[in-house]
Amino acid sequence: MTDTTKILPGRAGGLHISADVLQLAYRLLAALLICVLLSLLTDSFLSLNNILNVLRQASLMFFVAAGLTLVVLTAGLDLSIGANVGLTACLAGTVIHVTGSPTLGVLVGIGVGAVIGLANGIMVTALRIPSFIATYGMLWILQGVAYWYMAGETIHGFPPAFRQLGSGYFLGLPIPVYLLVIFLAIGTVLAQRTTWGQEIYAIGANPVAARLSGIPVAARLLLVYTVSGTMAGLASIIFLARLNSAEADIGESLTLPAIASVLIGGTSLFGGVGTVFGTFIGALILTLVLNGMNLLQISASWQPLVTGAIVILAVWLDRMTRRRAF
Amino acid sequence: MPEIALTAPMARIRRIPGVAMMLIALVAGFAATSPGFLTVPNLSNVLVQSTVLLLLALPMTLIIMTEGLDLSMGAVLTLTSLVVALVTLATGSVLLGLLAACAVGTLFGIMNGWLVAILGIPPFVATLGTLGMAQGLSLIVSDGQSVVGMPVAIQKIYSGMLAAVPLPILMAIAAYAAFHLLLYYTRLGTFVFALGGNRDALRFAGVKVERMLIVVYAIGGAMAGLAGVLMTARMNAGHPTAGLGLEFDAIAAVAVGGTSFERGNGWLLGTLLGVLTVGVLRNGLNLLAIPSSVQVSCVGVLVIMALFFDGLRSRT
Repeated sequence: MTDTTKILPGRAGGLHISADVLQLAYRLLAALLICVLLSLLTDSFLSLNNILNVLRQASLMFFVAAGLTLVVLTAGLDLSIGANVGLTACLAGTVIHVTGSPTLGVLVGIGVGAVIGLANGIMVTALRIPSFIATYGMLWILQGVAYWYMAGETIHGFPPAFRQLGSGYFLGLPIPVYLLVIFLAIGTVLAQRTTWGQEIYAIGANPVAARLSGIPVAARLLLVYTVSGTMAGLASIIFLARLNSAEADIGESLTLPAIASVLIGGTSLFGGVGTVFGTFIGALILTLVLNGMNLLQISASWQPLVTGAIVILAVWLDRMTRRRAF
Repeated sequence: MPEIALTAPMARIRRIPGVAMMLIALVAGFAATSPGFLTVPNLSNVLVQSTVLLLLALPMTLIIMTEGLDLSMGAVLTLTSLVVALVTLATGSVLLGLLAACAVGTLFGIMNGWLVAILGIPPFVATLGTLGMAQGLSLIVSDGQSVVGMPVAIQKIYSGMLAAVPLPILMAIAAYAAFHLLLYYTRLGTFVFALGGNRDALRFAGVKVERMLIVVYAIGGAMAGLAGVLMTARMNAGHPTAGLGLEFDAIAAVAVGGTSFERGNGWLLGTLLGVLTVGVLRNGLNLLAIPSSVQVSCVGVLVIMALFFDGLRSRT
């Protein structure tokens, strides 16, 4: 259980060519393999409709998991993102219904998400509560508030213009895919090309060394948890637009897949290793697996079982490869 | 036991006020606000209803003392509550159902311990994975439906009396006594203290640390199985979402009871008081007609407060 050596990215900017790119290549290969397998096993996989659907689902999953990636990079965890999505979707949905203004709804959703993330950050930094238990407590607080607020009701029917955000197309591609590209670029640049990003890696790799070398650890952790909450708020907006309805339990089944995406994507739970792009690949692989199960007409009851097994497998593979490498 | 007894009294004196005062404050508060609270039937109700929680919180204390966590307990309880219902229906024997439930629970516990101890996966993620697996299996074996038509014998486990004392309360006393003996009077118990406090020292002393951890998690699984049986007896049916989230109440009880998440300090009596605190809180809020969703939020706030004070204590 001793800390094994962790790699810091070589220098500010750029992937660690030998290790990181190879890791990503493996994962892309795995995704490709699943695609080949599914196109052989089912007739419907290789249809344009299904491929676009997979891309859209993977984008949605990425939005939930992108901010979480940064948290895991600091060797923390945010278990509250699913409940965050649930509550912010309900609040944003109400605002849109009451005011008729989607813009206001989007702002409220993202704002509430950010505040929740900030609260997590404060618990972890100022109150010094371990992140997994602080965000786990937050999960139940948010879920309780969402259920109480909705009282079993569903908010249904949003303006068509707003729904475009989740279910619309532009030049033949679903709109969430464009958002995906934008946020993938932002996330990658933030993590790989900025000092803040490099400091996040440093904190995850060795918090004591990071503090001693003058990195404002608490400030960066606050930032990371706030980003995670904000991304959950954003994801809730896209989900709202996609589903055209909001219920209290909308985000309940999202936390485990989000963590799975991050871990499949090669981000280490022990901090300091991983990329935002990897999380996208992870989301893609998970979506492909779940989509394939759907096409093969395997009951949805199997999904939590498979996702849970994938989480464990991903962490185990991470431990194995790191043990061998060092 | 001996070397721990030297340091324990100080820690205990500092801890008693926290959880006990919280419990007394809650009891006083609810007694003042709702007339039905301080009655014998209601208080006995609180005790009976807290039994399931106690069965989970006792092993959770040991697991948390090893700097671990078991998020899968609620889902495993759900699965075993279905297993006991299905096996009893199929074979007509409650005993077989009970054994099957405990076996399934223990298997999950062993799997948790194996993932944590042998594969080195952080406990909160390993058990989150098995939570998903148990939840999935619950949906699969039940097909998403309730399992009804239980024989009367199962109901008796929850509603039965022995010498005018409800059976669940006797069960709770027996479980508490067993865990007290296990933690304070056996080698395994002493190792549990050391597993959280100084695992490397234990390893260098030649203790099979991995095996100990697996045993601790297996006990957790077995107790979740037992609690599942009690749950089915209480509802007179197996339900595919019966115990989801119960692990949080258990973790809350342990945290409120003053067991630390980071240093391997634990206190079994604190957990008992923590269970009563959570039980009284939920019962009192129920009497005040506060929806269960808000109760969950209240428990969440309780946990964060408890951890905050724990953090304060550890710094001073």
